[in-house]
Amino acid sequence: MKEHVLVVFPHPDDETFGCGGTIAQFTKSGVPVTYVCGTLGQMGRNMGKPLFANRESLPIIREVELEIACQALGIQRLIQLGLRDKTIEFEDPELLTDKLEQIILEVKPSLVLTHYPGHAVHPDHNALGDVTIRAVSRLSPQERPTVYAHAFARDCQDQLGKPDIINDITDVAEIKLAAIRAHRSQSQVILPRLSNGQFKNPSSKNSYNHMLTRESFWIYRFL
Amino acid sequence: MNPLNKSIVQTELDRFLNREVYLHLETTNGAYAVHRQESNMTVGAYIRNGLIRFGRGIITGAGPYRVGLKMEIGWVYAEGLTDYEIDPEGRLLLAGHDQEGRLAVALELSLSPFEL
Repeated sequence: MKEHVLVVFPHPDDETFGCGGTIAQFTKSGVPVTYVCGTLGQMGRNMGKPLFANRESLPIIREVELEIACQALGIQRLIQLGLRDKTIEFEDPELLTDKLEQIILEVKPSLVLTHYPGHAVHPDHNALGDVTIRAVSRLSPQERPTVYAHAFARDCQDQLGKPDIINDITDVAEIKLAAIRAHRSQSQVILPRLSNGQFKNPSSKNSYNHMLTRESFWIYRFL
Repeated sequence: MNPLNKSIVQTELDRFLNREVYLHLETTNGAYAVHRQESNMTVGAYIRNGLIRFGRGIITGAGPYRVGLKMEIGWVYAEGLTDYEIDPEGRLLLAGHDQEGRLAVALELSLSPFEL
Protein backbone atom coordinates (compact mmCIF):
# COMPACT_ATOMS: atom_id res chain seq x y z
CA MET A 1 0.00 0.00 0.00
CA LYS A 2 1.26 3.47 -0.90
CA GLU A 3 1.99 5.46 2.24
CA HIS A 4 -0.47 8.25 2.99
CA VAL A 5 -1.40 9.61 6.41
CA LEU A 6 -4.94 10.78 7.14
CA VAL A 7 -5.28 12.99 10.23
CA VAL A 8 -8.74 13.50 11.71
CA PHE A 9 -9.28 16.00 14.54
CA PRO A 10 -12.11 18.39 15.46
CA HIS A 11 -10.35 21.68 16.19
CA PRO A 12 -7.73 23.76 14.41
CA ASP A 13 -4.61 23.24 16.65
CA ASP A 14 -5.44 19.65 17.75
CA GLU A 15 -3.16 18.47 14.92
CA THR A 16 -0.34 20.70 16.14
CA PHE A 17 -0.40 20.32 19.93
CA GLY A 18 -1.04 16.57 19.92
CA CYS A 19 0.73 15.30 16.82
CA GLY A 20 2.53 18.17 15.08
CA GLY A 21 5.94 16.54 15.44
CA THR A 22 4.77 13.19 14.11
CA ILE A 23 3.02 14.87 11.16
CA ALA A 24 6.17 16.87 10.39
CA GLN A 25 8.28 13.70 10.40
CA PHE A 26 5.98 12.08 7.86
CA THR A 27 5.86 15.07 5.54
CA LYS A 28 9.64 15.57 5.84
CA SER A 29 10.22 12.01 4.72
CA GLY A 30 7.94 12.54 1.72
CA VAL A 31 4.77 10.84 2.98
CA PRO A 32 1.71 12.88 1.99
CA VAL A 33 -0.59 13.97 4.81
CA THR A 34 -4.28 14.89 4.45
CA TYR A 35 -5.97 16.61 7.37
CA VAL A 36 -9.71 16.38 8.03
CA CYS A 37 -10.55 19.19 10.46
CA GLY A 38 -14.06 19.00 11.93
CA THR A 39 -14.80 22.54 13.10
CA LEU A 40 -13.27 26.00 13.21
CA GLY A 41 -13.03 25.95 17.00
CA GLN A 42 -15.74 28.61 17.09
CA MET A 43 -16.28 28.28 20.84
CA GLY A 44 -12.66 28.42 21.98
CA ARG A 45 -12.12 30.64 24.96
CA ASN A 46 -8.60 31.84 24.16
CA MET A 47 -8.89 35.15 22.35
CA GLY A 48 -5.19 36.02 22.13
CA LYS A 49 -2.95 37.64 24.69
CA PRO A 50 -3.20 40.58 24.38
CA LEU A 51 -6.79 40.10 23.32
CA PHE A 52 -7.31 40.41 19.56
CA ALA A 53 -10.21 38.09 18.71
CA ASN A 54 -13.84 38.05 19.72
CA ARG A 55 -16.51 35.35 19.61
CA GLU A 56 -17.59 36.35 16.09
CA SER A 57 -14.16 36.96 14.55
CA LEU A 58 -12.56 33.87 16.13
CA PRO A 59 -13.56 31.31 13.44
CA ILE A 60 -12.32 33.60 10.64
CA ILE A 61 -9.01 34.10 12.47
CA ARG A 62 -8.62 30.40 13.30
CA GLU A 63 -9.22 29.36 9.71
CA VAL A 64 -6.27 31.48 8.60
CA GLU A 65 -4.14 30.21 11.50
CA LEU A 66 -4.98 26.65 10.47
CA GLU A 67 -3.79 27.25 6.90
CA ILE A 68 -0.49 28.70 8.14
CA ALA A 69 0.01 25.79 10.57
CA CYS A 70 -0.70 23.27 7.78
CA GLN A 71 1.95 24.95 5.64
CA ALA A 72 4.42 24.81 8.53
CA LEU A 73 3.77 21.09 9.05
CA GLY A 74 3.83 20.31 5.33
CA ILE A 75 0.21 19.11 5.25
CA GLN A 76 -0.71 18.93 1.57
CA ARG A 77 -4.46 18.83 1.73
CA LEU A 78 -6.97 20.19 4.21
CA ILE A 79 -10.57 18.97 4.24
CA GLN A 80 -12.97 20.91 6.46
CA LEU A 81 -16.09 19.12 7.68
CA GLY A 82 -17.85 22.42 8.49
CA LEU A 83 -19.19 21.27 11.86
CA ARG A 84 -19.65 23.52 14.86
CA ASP A 85 -17.43 23.44 17.92
CA LYS A 86 -18.91 21.49 20.88
CA THR A 87 -21.73 19.96 18.81
CA ILE A 88 -20.15 16.89 17.17
CA GLU A 89 -21.47 14.44 19.78
CA PHE A 90 -25.03 15.62 19.05
CA GLU A 91 -24.84 15.02 15.29
CA ASP A 92 -26.11 11.78 13.73
CA PRO A 93 -23.10 9.43 14.05
CA GLU A 94 -24.22 7.38 11.03
CA LEU A 95 -24.11 10.43 8.75
CA LEU A 96 -20.70 11.45 10.07
CA THR A 97 -19.41 7.90 9.69
CA ASP A 98 -20.64 7.88 6.05
CA LYS A 99 -18.75 11.11 5.42
CA LEU A 100 -15.52 9.81 6.97
CA GLU A 101 -15.88 6.51 5.09
CA GLN A 102 -16.17 8.40 1.79
CA ILE A 103 -13.01 10.36 2.58
CA ILE A 104 -11.14 7.19 3.60
CA LEU A 105 -12.18 5.42 0.39
CA GLU A 106 -10.98 8.37 -1.66
CA VAL A 107 -7.70 9.10 0.19
CA LYS A 108 -6.84 5.40 0.80
CA PRO A 109 -4.62 6.13 3.80
CA SER A 110 -2.08 3.62 5.07
CA LEU A 111 -2.29 5.26 8.51
CA VAL A 112 -4.99 7.24 10.32
CA LEU A 113 -4.26 9.59 13.24
CA THR A 114 -7.24 10.47 15.42
CA HIS A 115 -8.28 10.80 19.05
CA TYR A 116 -8.78 7.67 21.13
CA PRO A 117 -12.56 7.65 21.80
CA GLY A 118 -13.29 7.81 25.52
CA HIS A 119 -9.73 8.85 26.42
CA ALA A 120 -9.36 12.27 24.82
CA VAL A 121 -11.01 14.62 27.36
CA HIS A 122 -12.99 16.97 25.08
CA PRO A 123 -16.40 15.63 23.96
CA ASP A 124 -15.64 16.68 20.36
CA HIS A 125 -12.38 14.67 20.44
CA ASN A 126 -14.15 11.57 21.69
CA ALA A 127 -17.04 11.92 19.24
CA LEU A 128 -14.96 12.48 16.10
CA GLY A 129 -12.47 9.76 17.12
CA ASP A 130 -15.42 7.42 17.53
CA VAL A 131 -16.93 8.03 14.09
CA THR A 132 -13.49 7.83 12.46
CA ILE A 133 -12.90 4.42 14.01
CA ARG A 134 -16.41 3.33 13.00
CA ALA A 135 -15.62 4.36 9.43
CA VAL A 136 -12.33 2.43 9.41
CA SER A 137 -14.03 -0.63 10.91
CA ARG A 138 -16.44 -0.74 7.94
CA LEU A 139 -13.49 -1.77 5.75
CA SER A 140 -12.45 -5.40 5.61
CA PRO A 141 -9.54 -6.22 7.97
CA GLN A 142 -7.19 -6.50 4.94
CA GLU A 143 -8.11 -3.03 3.70
CA ARG A 144 -7.96 -1.25 7.04
CA PRO A 145 -5.25 1.33 7.60
CA THR A 146 -3.40 1.27 10.91
CA VAL A 147 -4.94 3.69 13.41
CA TYR A 148 -2.74 5.67 15.79
CA ALA A 149 -5.09 6.83 18.54
CA HIS A 150 -4.08 9.87 20.57
CA ALA A 151 -5.13 9.85 24.24
CA PHE A 152 -4.37 12.28 27.03
CA ALA A 153 -7.00 11.85 29.73
CA ARG A 154 -5.44 11.78 33.19
CA ASP A 155 -6.21 8.10 33.62
CA CYS A 156 -5.43 6.98 30.06
CA GLN A 157 -2.41 4.93 31.02
CA ASP A 158 -4.31 3.17 33.80
CA GLN A 159 -6.97 2.29 31.26
CA LEU A 160 -4.89 1.58 28.16
CA GLY A 161 -1.46 0.68 29.47
CA LYS A 162 1.76 2.05 28.02
CA PRO A 163 1.48 3.70 24.58
CA ASP A 164 2.45 1.46 21.64
CA ILE A 165 4.27 4.24 19.80
CA ILE A 166 6.56 6.68 21.58
CA ASN A 167 7.84 9.06 18.99
CA ASP A 168 10.97 11.15 19.56
CA ILE A 169 10.22 14.45 17.82
CA THR A 170 13.29 16.48 18.82
CA ASP A 171 14.49 16.57 15.19
CA VAL A 172 11.32 18.46 14.18
CA ALA A 173 10.77 20.47 17.37
CA GLU A 174 11.34 23.75 15.53
CA ILE A 175 8.71 22.85 12.95
CA LYS A 176 6.23 21.98 15.68
CA LEU A 177 7.01 25.24 17.44
CA ALA A 178 6.37 27.16 14.20
CA ALA A 179 2.96 25.47 13.91
CA ILE A 180 2.20 26.27 17.56
CA ARG A 181 3.07 29.91 16.84
CA ALA A 182 0.84 29.84 13.76
CA HIS A 183 -2.14 29.10 16.02
CA ARG A 184 -1.53 32.52 17.50
CA SER A 185 -4.92 33.11 19.13
CA GLN A 186 -4.67 29.78 20.94
CA SER A 187 -0.96 29.63 21.78
CA GLN A 188 -0.03 33.09 23.02
CA VAL A 189 -1.06 32.16 26.56
CA ILE A 190 1.22 29.09 26.69
CA LEU A 191 4.19 30.34 24.65
CA PRO A 192 5.96 31.92 27.66
CA ARG A 193 5.67 28.59 29.50
CA LEU A 194 7.14 26.79 26.47
CA SER A 195 10.18 29.04 26.32
CA ASN A 196 10.88 28.97 30.06
CA GLY A 197 11.07 25.20 29.88
CA GLN A 198 7.91 24.19 31.70
CA PHE A 199 7.18 21.71 28.94
CA LYS A 200 10.61 20.12 29.21
CA ASN A 201 9.29 18.04 32.07
CA PRO A 202 6.97 15.13 31.36
CA SER A 203 3.30 16.01 31.25
CA SER A 204 1.53 15.01 34.43
CA LYS A 205 -1.22 13.33 32.43
CA ASN A 206 0.80 11.12 30.13
CA SER A 207 4.45 10.76 30.99
CA TYR A 208 5.17 9.70 27.39
CA ASN A 209 4.13 13.10 26.03
CA HIS A 210 6.46 16.11 26.09
CA MET A 211 5.36 19.13 24.10
CA LEU A 212 8.57 19.50 22.07
CA THR A 213 10.30 16.16 22.52
CA ARG A 214 7.90 13.22 22.49
CA GLU A 215 4.47 12.26 21.17
CA SER A 216 2.80 8.96 21.93
CA PHE A 217 -0.01 6.88 20.45
CA TRP A 218 -1.91 3.70 21.03
CA ILE A 219 -2.50 1.43 18.04
CA TYR A 220 -6.26 0.90 17.95
CA ARG A 221 -7.16 -2.77 18.02
CA PHE A 222 -10.29 -3.67 16.09
CA LEU A 223 -12.36 -6.54 17.47
CA MET B 1 -12.63 44.53 21.80
CA ASN B 2 -12.18 47.49 24.14
CA PRO B 3 -12.62 47.92 27.88
CA LEU B 4 -16.35 48.23 28.44
CA ASN B 5 -17.72 51.76 28.31
CA LYS B 6 -20.97 51.82 30.21
CA SER B 7 -22.61 54.84 28.59
CA ILE B 8 -21.79 53.70 25.05
CA VAL B 9 -23.12 50.22 25.81
CA GLN B 10 -26.30 51.66 27.35
CA THR B 11 -26.94 53.67 24.17
CA GLU B 12 -26.34 50.51 22.14
CA LEU B 13 -28.74 48.45 24.26
CA ASP B 14 -31.42 51.10 23.68
CA ARG B 15 -30.98 50.65 19.93
CA PHE B 16 -32.30 47.06 20.27
CA LEU B 17 -35.36 47.91 22.40
CA ASN B 18 -38.72 46.55 21.25
CA ARG B 19 -37.36 44.82 18.15
CA GLU B 20 -36.83 41.21 17.12
CA VAL B 21 -33.25 40.61 18.20
CA TYR B 22 -30.94 37.61 17.77
CA LEU B 23 -29.13 36.68 20.96
CA HIS B 24 -25.87 34.86 21.57
CA LEU B 25 -25.41 34.13 25.27
CA GLU B 26 -22.77 31.90 26.76
CA THR B 27 -20.72 31.14 29.78
CA THR B 28 -17.84 28.69 30.13
CA ASN B 29 -14.97 27.79 32.40
CA GLY B 30 -13.23 25.97 29.54
CA ALA B 31 -13.51 22.45 28.16
CA TYR B 32 -10.38 21.45 30.10
CA ALA B 33 -11.31 22.88 33.51
CA VAL B 34 -11.39 19.51 35.27
CA HIS B 35 -8.59 18.02 33.18
CA ARG B 36 -6.24 20.85 34.15
CA GLN B 37 -7.56 20.75 37.71
CA GLU B 38 -8.59 24.39 37.50
CA SER B 39 -12.01 23.45 38.83
CA ASN B 40 -13.84 20.34 40.02
CA MET B 41 -16.52 20.87 37.36
CA THR B 42 -16.42 21.67 33.66
CA VAL B 43 -19.35 24.02 33.18
CA GLY B 44 -20.65 25.83 30.14
CA ALA B 45 -23.85 26.80 28.37
CA TYR B 46 -24.66 28.64 25.20
CA ILE B 47 -27.61 29.83 23.17
CA ARG B 48 -26.89 30.78 19.56
CA ASN B 49 -29.56 32.74 17.73
CA GLY B 50 -32.18 32.89 20.41
CA LEU B 51 -34.83 35.23 19.00
CA ILE B 52 -35.98 37.68 21.69
CA ARG B 53 -37.65 41.04 22.21
CA PHE B 54 -37.01 43.19 25.27
CA GLY B 55 -38.62 46.40 26.45
CA ARG B 56 -36.00 47.29 29.04
CA GLY B 57 -32.24 46.70 28.81
CA ILE B 58 -29.81 47.97 31.43
CA ILE B 59 -26.07 47.76 32.04
CA THR B 60 -24.95 48.23 35.62
CA GLY B 61 -22.09 47.66 38.04
CA ALA B 62 -18.69 49.27 38.57
CA GLY B 63 -16.82 46.76 36.39
CA PRO B 64 -16.96 43.94 35.68
CA TYR B 65 -20.48 44.82 34.59
CA ARG B 66 -23.90 43.17 34.55
CA VAL B 67 -26.60 43.34 31.89
CA GLY B 68 -30.28 42.55 32.35
CA LEU B 69 -32.78 42.44 29.48
CA LYS B 70 -36.41 42.42 30.57
CA MET B 71 -38.71 40.54 28.21
CA GLU B 72 -42.47 40.25 28.35
CA ILE B 73 -42.29 36.82 29.99
CA GLY B 74 -38.72 36.51 31.21
CA TRP B 75 -35.20 37.83 31.59
CA VAL B 76 -31.78 37.58 29.97
CA TYR B 77 -28.93 38.10 32.44
CA ALA B 78 -25.15 38.14 32.25
CA GLU B 79 -22.48 39.15 34.74
CA GLY B 80 -18.71 39.48 34.61
CA LEU B 81 -18.68 41.59 31.42
CA THR B 82 -15.40 43.45 30.89
CA ASP B 83 -15.11 44.31 27.17
CA TYR B 84 -17.29 45.52 24.33
CA GLU B 85 -17.25 46.00 20.58
CA ILE B 86 -19.70 47.18 17.97
CA ASP B 87 -18.57 45.11 15.03
CA PRO B 88 -18.70 46.14 11.34
CA GLU B 89 -22.13 44.47 11.01
CA GLY B 90 -23.48 46.67 13.79
CA ARG B 91 -23.75 43.84 16.27
CA LEU B 92 -23.21 44.59 19.94
CA LEU B 93 -20.61 42.20 21.36
CA LEU B 94 -20.08 42.06 25.12
CA ALA B 95 -17.72 39.64 26.83
CA GLY B 96 -15.99 38.99 30.12
CA HIS B 97 -12.34 37.90 29.95
CA ASP B 98 -9.97 36.71 32.65
CA GLN B 99 -6.38 37.99 33.02
CA GLU B 100 -5.18 35.52 30.38
CA GLY B 101 -7.63 36.96 27.86
CA ARG B 102 -9.82 33.88 28.03
CA LEU B 103 -13.52 34.37 27.50
CA ALA B 104 -15.70 33.39 30.45
CA VAL B 105 -19.02 34.99 29.49
CA ALA B 106 -20.49 36.59 26.37
CA LEU B 107 -23.71 38.40 25.52
CA GLU B 108 -24.22 39.53 21.93
CA LEU B 109 -27.15 41.14 20.14
CA SER B 110 -27.79 41.35 16.41
CA LEU B 111 -30.64 42.30 14.10
CA SER B 112 -29.74 39.45 11.74
CA PRO B 113 -28.88 35.84 12.63
CA PHE B 114 -25.34 35.03 13.80
CA GLU B 115 -23.37 32.70 11.52
CA LEU B 116 -23.54 29.02 12.38
